[in-house]
Amino acid sequence: MITLDSITRSFGSTTVLHDLSFTIEAGRMTGFVGSNGSGKTTTMRIILGVLAADSGRITVDGHDITPAHRSAIGYMPEERGLYPKMPIIDQLVYLARFHGLSRSTARRRGLELLEQLDLVGEPSDTLESVSLGNQQKVQIAAALIHQPQALVLDEPFSGLDPAAVERTLDVLKGFASTGAPVLFSSHQLDLVERLVDDIVIINRGRLVATGSTDELRRLRSRAEWTLQGGEDMAWVRDLPDIDVIELDGSWVRFAASHSDAAEAVLREALTRGSVSSFAPHHLPLNRLFQEVTQS
Amino acid sequence: MSAHPNPTMTAARAGFTTAMGLVIEREIMVRLKSTAFMISTILSIVLFGALVAVSGALPSLFSSTDKVAVTSAEAAEALADIDDVEVVDVGTVAEARELVSGEDVAAAVVDDAESPVGLTVIAQRSAPDSLVNALSRVPTVELLDPDAPDPALTYLMGLGLGLVFFMSAVTFGSTIASSVVEEKQSRIVEILLASTSARALMFGKVIACTILAFAQIALTAVAVLFGAAISGNDLVLGKIAEPIAWFIPLFVIGFVMVAGLYAAAASMVSRAEDLGSTSTPIMMTIFLPYMAVIIFSDNEAVMAVLSYIPFSAAVAVPMRVFLGTIAWWEPLVSLLILVVTTLGALLLATRIFERSILRSGPKLSWKKALTEA
Repeated sequence: MITLDSITRSFGSTTVLHDLSFTIEAGRMTGFVGSNGSGKTTTMRIILGVLAADSGRITVDGHDITPAHRSAIGYMPEERGLYPKMPIIDQLVYLARFHGLSRSTARRRGLELLEQLDLVGEPSDTLESVSLGNQQKVQIAAALIHQPQALVLDEPFSGLDPAAVERTLDVLKGFASTGAPVLFSSHQLDLVERLVDDIVIINRGRLVATGSTDELRRLRSRAEWTLQGGEDMAWVRDLPDIDVIELDGSWVRFAASHSDAAEAVLREALTRGSVSSFAPHHLPLNRLFQEVTQS
Repeated sequence: MSAHPNPTMTAARAGFTTAMGLVIEREIMVRLKSTAFMISTILSIVLFGALVAVSGALPSLFSSTDKVAVTSAEAAEALADIDDVEVVDVGTVAEARELVSGEDVAAAVVDDAESPVGLTVIAQRSAPDSLVNALSRVPTVELLDPDAPDPALTYLMGLGLGLVFFMSAVTFGSTIASSVVEEKQSRIVEILLASTSARALMFGKVIACTILAFAQIALTAVAVLFGAAISGNDLVLGKIAEPIAWFIPLFVIGFVMVAGLYAAAASMVSRAEDLGSTSTPIMMTIFLPYMAVIIFSDNEAVMAVLSYIPFSAAVAVPMRVFLGTIAWWEPLVSLLILVVTTLGALLLATRIFERSILRSGPKLSWKKALTEA
């Protein structure tokens, strides 16, 4: 469990992180969401110690974070970086040795990882000679090479084709299931929604919301329902405590301040004709995101 | 929150020296595997060696044997001690003249009672100098200090040492700069900084480049000595041993300073294209003192000053040692000044490097980098 407590950071006169606090739970995938320039990359760099925070503290299981803790984190920066002209396996071994792995252990593990990630190309090829998608796989291998016990990944899925996204997901989920905390940022909110256990949303350097995806949905001001009736549903507009958001002939999406009002709509619809579906409407994460960041 | 399977989320982390060792190892291996680097190194070694070997053999390459006609035994005897002359005996002076005008011989030497040396040299347009000199009477020459430094040699030594220092500083300075920019531009520096310190990274690069530069120069020196041995050129071996002994430590320390500054300059830019603007000031600080050493090689006062300036000490001190115009303690003071300056430069370079290495976007100016450092 990695906890950020009141992290603040400025560059010159611009404060990019304001009093940011959240927790990356062990064994859970935490999605880190925010628009461009909201401070995600700075936050990740501070967790890794690449940048220093101006104030605030980071703890690991309650203890102040140390270089040894940081060395146990696998990191994938947003702006991808490896040596273009160096053989793939050589750079993995090089990076691993900074974490105290022996040359032979690093090599064995590197080859294993490249196979798991299904690298197309030889491990002895230079990085620049393989396709971008494959370079991305090497980048993920670079984050995992030293057998980290936590992961911090900045946009790990950008640039991957759908098959590679699935393969990477398998590797990451397998990693989280060993009980390790995993934090990753992404702007592909549909993916985040499908994948994560917890979400941290920041906007302009401030924490907007944090919690499990279900908790976040409950945080919303008003719940929504959808109903598919047998005839025109325009009459719903006239009901009290109901706010019609979308109406398309016999299909309606409405918000209600409480579930009794919503059930009143269902009862009314049944007296008027048939109802083929009635369900609470789960707002997709991207809408939820827009809602919390624009309020 | 589930029970944590890794209650102590820690992992080994290579210490400063280990990390620096890894950086040194990689930097050297990358250069050794680079064909461009190996070709330029081998080329410069072969070139310098061959140059010295050829320069020793140069006089014999340009000499040739002249045929000289003689009419008497006295004349033949007078020519016996001269090298490169093939004597052709002829009967009469007229016969000798005929051979000369037919260009069958280069010249003829005939008896002449009226000549102060008793001989006349007959030639078509001009008589061979070696022949005339050998037959002339020369006064006795007494040299008071035959071992005094030859000004031409002093100048050549300054030029040579200066060239070695300047070329390797600029070549390896650019090498270190492009290696820093490569890591910055490819952003791998962020992964590296997550596992080690910026200091280990920079020092590793500086040390690796110094090792490479010194190895290249040592190999070149071996080639030069080998070439000198082949050509029997003892000029290279004899008198400059002591100047060279001072050049080595001054060069190594001065090089570390220059390499550190180049690393800092490179950390200030995000793209290789911007490198020129931040590294040019460093090149000028090496180039100008180097030019001064060459221009003022015979100006005692200027050379004395230059031998205390860190950027020119590596060349000026050995030259003054060679000239014998330096007190025994002066090279030591110069070395001390250089060491202190280098430590200061490294400290400054490290601070600039640490602050700039993660920075992306427009390049920093030296002024800004220095005020922030």
